Amino acid sequence: MAKAKYRPEFIVQRDDEKCIRCQVCVRMCSNDVHAYYPDTVISDSFKCVGCHFCEDLCPTGAIAIRRSEPHIKENYHWSGTDVYNIIKQADTGGVLLTGMGCDRPYKDYFGHIVLNASQVTNPSIDPLREPMELRTFIGGKPEVVIIGKSSEPELRTQIPPQLELETPIMFSAMSYGSISLNACKSLAKAACDFGTCWNTGEGGLHRDLSPYAHRAIVQVASGRFGVNKEYLDAGCAVEIKIGQGAKPGIGGHLPGEKVPEEVSRTRMIPEGTDALSPAPHHDIYSIEDLKQLIFALKEATRYEKPVGVKIAAVHNVAPIASGIVRAGADFVVIDGIRGGTGAAPTLIRNNVGIPIELAIAVVDSRLREEGIRNRASIIAAGGFRSSADVVKAIALGADAVYIGTAALIALGCHLCQRCYTGKCNWGIATQDPYLTKRLNPEIGARRAYNLLRAWSLEIKEMLGGMGINAIESLRGNREQLRGVGLNEVELELLGIKHAGEAW
Amino acid sequence: MGGMPDRDFRVPSGCGITGIMNRRGRTFSGEVILSSICNMLERGNGLGSGFAAYGIYPELKEYWCFHIMYQKAPSKDRVEEYLKDHFRVVHHEPIPTKKVRSLEPVPILWRYFLEVEDGGRDEEDFVVRSVMEINGDVDGAFVFSSGKNMGIFKGVGDPDAIGEFYRIHEYEAYIWTAHNRFPTNSPGWWGGAHPFGILDWSVVHNGEISSYGTNRRYLENFGYYCTLSTDTEVMAYLFDLLVRRHGLDFETVGNVLASPFWSQIERVEDEGRRRLLKALRITYGPALVNGPFAVIVANSNYMVGLNDRIKLRPLVAAVKGDFLYIASEESAIRVVCRDPEDVWMPKAGEPTVGKLEEDG
Repeated sequence: MAKAKYRPEFIVQRDDEKCIRCQVCVRMCSNDVHAYYPDTVISDSFKCVGCHFCEDLCPTGAIAIRRSEPHIKENYHWSGTDVYNIIKQADTGGVLLTGMGCDRPYKDYFGHIVLNASQVTNPSIDPLREPMELRTFIGGKPEVVIIGKSSEPELRTQIPPQLELETPIMFSAMSYGSISLNACKSLAKAACDFGTCWNTGEGGLHRDLSPYAHRAIVQVASGRFGVNKEYLDAGCAVEIKIGQGAKPGIGGHLPGEKVPEEVSRTRMIPEGTDALSPAPHHDIYSIEDLKQLIFALKEATRYEKPVGVKIAAVHNVAPIASGIVRAGADFVVIDGIRGGTGAAPTLIRNNVGIPIELAIAVVDSRLREEGIRNRASIIAAGGFRSSADVVKAIALGADAVYIGTAALIALGCHLCQRCYTGKCNWGIATQDPYLTKRLNPEIGARRAYNLLRAWSLEIKEMLGGMGINAIESLRGNREQLRGVGLNEVELELLGIKHAGEAW
Repeated sequence: MGGMPDRDFRVPSGCGITGIMNRRGRTFSGEVILSSICNMLERGNGLGSGFAAYGIYPELKEYWCFHIMYQKAPSKDRVEEYLKDHFRVVHHEPIPTKKVRSLEPVPILWRYFLEVEDGGRDEEDFVVRSVMEINGDVDGAFVFSSGKNMGIFKGVGDPDAIGEFYRIHEYEAYIWTAHNRFPTNSPGWWGGAHPFGILDWSVVHNGEISSYGTNRRYLENFGYYCTLSTDTEVMAYLFDLLVRRHGLDFETVGNVLASPFWSQIERVEDEGRRRLLKALRITYGPALVNGPFAVIVANSNYMVGLNDRIKLRPLVAAVKGDFLYIASEESAIRVVCRDPEDVWMPKAGEPTVGKLEEDG
């Protein structure tokens, strides 16, 4: 029978007059899009993933990558993507895979929230002239400070272990394995230089990253890869990963091709074997089991560092988070539907979970209603695009945020969503030494640092405008937010008023 | 939300505040505080003023005194029923007033002297809860004073008119505070004026709290519900929480509400103190009051002045003999005390504390 073809997603256009036949595109493209024949370069658009690496490298600007239009008849219900996906699945019988966060047009709540500023009755504060504080502490807080009444006031309350951050922005969990060692180094160094944290993901701690371990949140996930005593001792906090916004309810799979010697050593698994993280932790089938793991890890780290739990934002997120706090977690990470990944089934990524804005609001409110908000910090994750998103998340109730995708974009990522192929031209989501050496960790660290710096400066400007000079006065301060074009249910869930309403 | 109509009065307002305390507990006439506040008429616009006075009910000093305003008579019946169910009503009467033509219409004003039967150690919490219940649930009723041997008097009008109306000059107190308000709307009812009080706390406050949302939600953790949505209410509850329930002294409360900057904390040489300040900020971050404010807080034993951490609103203090003066302007002090022994500008975030030391 005749076999249906799908159209390329992108069209590689080459301006032949501009092309000088230098072949940099031919040598650089890991997807073998470009080929050189004597005196001509041809490009196979079918292979192009739209990472724009060749376009950015071409010295004469001869290459342009354009999106291709689907060739099927226009149909409101059946998009080109739907049709091509079915053709692909009929070809292979496989699950559709993708990378990065959900790209479907669900409502962008951050885009429907605006911020306040002071006018007349309250002076705005100029961060260039006045102190403006972003220092953030992650960990459980006591309800009350007891002070000894002897001659000199003396602190009697034991403050639980805290992470001390110079900005409320940390780098999300991205394992060595899912991203390259150079990408890990870039983020780890930037976090240390700036005074915030990075996260090992479930990849273990490679020996080259140990200089940055004092700012590493080490993850314990369902595969337990790389978890040993040294690993737990090295980090500044431990994070139990239950779920991830990009793929709530399912595990992970690092194919054997991406497990070369160094990854195998770090993950403590044989070289070339698939690294499978089960969907659940097989020692956690209920909340009381989670409590045991939390305290096992606290025991193992002598109660010297915060132990938190990361979950995907799902329908029941508020009671789940409450249970996690009651189980003894010092922080709860909530990863929204836009949260990224190195690999996930496309349909899971696009259809499971809830938007992070709503999740933050309901979790924060729930913990306050129960009077336990001080016991744990809330870290929000999942698609933060700018400092404004961060400010809104904190005003909704988050203590800090994780950024993953934004950090990778700073390192070069163009969101082609093909991380799972291991062929990342930018040297990020790959273990191929030919590709990873393209990412210089010194330059990467500087770019990631610059991103933290720029966002922090912007946050200070926004705070100053509101007449606030410390980030703790923004936390949960929903009076500073107003909705635009949101319905009553949405406003109520977010706990904000509509624009136009006064205090 | 039940309670009074016209709840939308959490409005930005500039204000004049003043407080005078005799630290030996000797009472003096309300005329003094009237002269002081009336020397700052420029700081208000006739849309709210009030007074707090300590030591005014010596014969009934062991009873809780509720000052309640009613918008309408049926609310009064409902509240009185509530009071009878929850307290022993020792005495009640209208709050004495004088007709002042510029102040019309006025609410029904009544005061009740109450005893908590079966009190025990939770008596204060019980009173707080009762006030919250009446203010939250009874439409058109508002408890605006709920301490012992003290009272708050307030309304919509200039301080001279409100003072005359409540016959302030007839009372003798050892602590007086007063407030003159410049709201940017026209509040239709009297509850919106200051001082704000809970138990024997009273707060007069000049400022706008940018951290209002954070503070309010923090207080909910401890069972305080801000039914009034006024900045000042937040301030009063924070003092009650930190001083009465958490047992912190006023210097420490100053370090919480107007905490030093991290850069200042890092420069503190004594390690124990540095650890303490850090612990306070970590624990009480949500209680940090951000935005411009100058506040005078009083209870039966203290009068305390405090500024925000970068001193965005004026506050001056002076002493003479047993008297402590704190006010928005020096003029409000000099008009009642021509030759103070010392006059100073309290630093940002450093509380000025007057403590009662009664004779013998």
